[in-house]
Amino acid sequence: MKTTGETIVTKDILVLGGGIAGIQSSLDLAEMGFKVYLVEQLPSIGGKMAQLDKTFPTNDCAI
Amino acid sequence: MNKKNVSLYEEPRIGVFVCDCGSNIAGHLDCADVAEYAKTLPHVVYTKENLYTCSESGIGEIKKAIQEQNLNRVVVASCSPRTHQPLFSSSCAEAGLNPYLFEMVNIRDQCSWVHMGKRADATQKAKELIRMGVAKSAGLEPQEAIESSLIRRILVIGGGIAGLSAAQALSDMGLEVILVEKTPSLGGLLQQVNRLDTGKTARETLDEIIGDVRSRSNITCHTSATVQETGGYIGNFNVKIDTEKGMLEEMVGCMVVATGAVPLIPEGLFGYNGKTVISLMELEQKLAKNDLSAKRVVFIQCAGARMAGREYCSRICCLIGVKNAMLIKEKYPLTDVRILYRDMQMYGTYKEQMLWDARGKGVRFDVYSPENAPVVADGKVKFFQTITGKTLELDTDLVVLSTPLVPRKDSAALANMMRVPTDQNGFFLEAHAKLRPLDFAADGVFVCGSGRYPATSTEARTQGIGVASRVAAILFKEKLVKSAIVAEINPESCVGCKACLTMCPYEAITYDPGKRICQVNEILCKGCGNCAATCPSHSAQLRGFKPDQLLAQIGAA
Repeated sequence: MKTTGETIVTKDILVLGGGIAGIQSSLDLAEMGFKVYLVEQLPSIGGKMAQLDKTFPTNDCAI
Repeated sequence: MNKKNVSLYEEPRIGVFVCDCGSNIAGHLDCADVAEYAKTLPHVVYTKENLYTCSESGIGEIKKAIQEQNLNRVVVASCSPRTHQPLFSSSCAEAGLNPYLFEMVNIRDQCSWVHMGKRADATQKAKELIRMGVAKSAGLEPQEAIESSLIRRILVIGGGIAGLSAAQALSDMGLEVILVEKTPSLGGLLQQVNRLDTGKTARETLDEIIGDVRSRSNITCHTSATVQETGGYIGNFNVKIDTEKGMLEEMVGCMVVATGAVPLIPEGLFGYNGKTVISLMELEQKLAKNDLSAKRVVFIQCAGARMAGREYCSRICCLIGVKNAMLIKEKYPLTDVRILYRDMQMYGTYKEQMLWDARGKGVRFDVYSPENAPVVADGKVKFFQTITGKTLELDTDLVVLSTPLVPRKDSAALANMMRVPTDQNGFFLEAHAKLRPLDFAADGVFVCGSGRYPATSTEARTQGIGVASRVAAILFKEKLVKSAIVAEINPESCVGCKACLTMCPYEAITYDPGKRICQVNEILCKGCGNCAATCPSHSAQLRGFKPDQLLAQIGAA
């Protein structure tokens, strides 16, 4: 039995959902040097934002 | 990485890859014909047409050709370099070719998409664009990426909930934090708040966070301290902090602006007197001290907000107004509480429910229009009740003005010192409303909390924690690596006229009075090319866009 509360932590990260929130978390985590598994239910990532044409207020193309 | 060492004297061997982009390009021009034409251009030894050059197989083709055909320049004719240049140039690097020997030609956004239905013309234009790209690529020079060191210490300006949360999260990541607070105590605006909508007192919540921050060995708190000077660049900022113990000079890798906002004091509005007509924050204080004797309370929402000169919605006052109306009703059920509003912004899930709970507790809501704003005088509130079409006169003991948060008076000076922008209202302005909500355009400087825009304590905390993530994405790296496409100034021919210095939007150019020349800071330079276009002696040049490279491109047009 271990007496301390220490355990080994797996440093890979699972991100569920490939919308703008999931993509941005994945990018930031990858920049930090972690391995990220991004899982998306649909055949393509992008989520709701990918369905938008222009975004407010910059009028950038959402894609 | 074993980058192919390309000598400037080595004969260019150019590979041209023409992308169909599915039907985006091939649907409007003849890609096979364009690829065939590219073969006839000077120095081109290999061409290939791909369905999607950015696909795994397309990238594979580029890498294979670099190795098998011994290419020393790669040209991809496809979409926009804005989105795909990084992918293609890094693929070249993976195949051993210096990534700066890659050139991109946009035959989609600037050709097939704008000349739909004119197939012959579009094909001809694509050929000409590629001819220009090939001519430029022959003169490209290999470059080495610019590297610089990173200091793993962060300056957080502002000790409110946003700054405290950023400091906590950064400290959790093992990074060192210097927290600077202007006032003698940590906690910011929340110190003036009675209860949060969680039911806890703001003091309890704050004490928990402040206690934690104070207990951490990698957070240094300076209260009654201000940042006097900032200089340097991402990874290596030098800052001067005026503390109670004197002036401190520190080096930090990133800086976080978490200076918050202040509630508008409604002088001259709705008969404000600080006694019977008070602000929302003054009500918070009254409730905290159990000092409420009024039997008839009227809240006026949007007091001093959403009007000429202050157009924005402060967004949190609806929540605070309803929260306090409910607190009054819970404690003094017989007190008559009315809320006069223009629109209620109870966004989210449980907040909308709060509105219904407040009605259930007997809080009465009446809409008013700004043209017919309520008038407060002699203990009475006169207002036009839209729903009945009648003007009512309410006897009141206490009028609470829900005033907006406004930018701090000194935020303009801070923005100026840190070289970050503010919006038309005076709030700090982030780099991109959608994609970079916590970053400033200046690298390594971030924003969180109400200094950007009025935020609830939950939102300010979320942003503070979010900023930590943005900072860590930079500081967890071994070193800072940035594109070699920056300006350089030839010290031999520069006459020190400073024309470039005034043109540089990034303050990346400095004048050396000793040598009487201008110099570029490579880390600050974003490669915009303003200096190169301005320099009368052509001493300032942008790497990858030098006059002979651009003239070759123009010559081939």
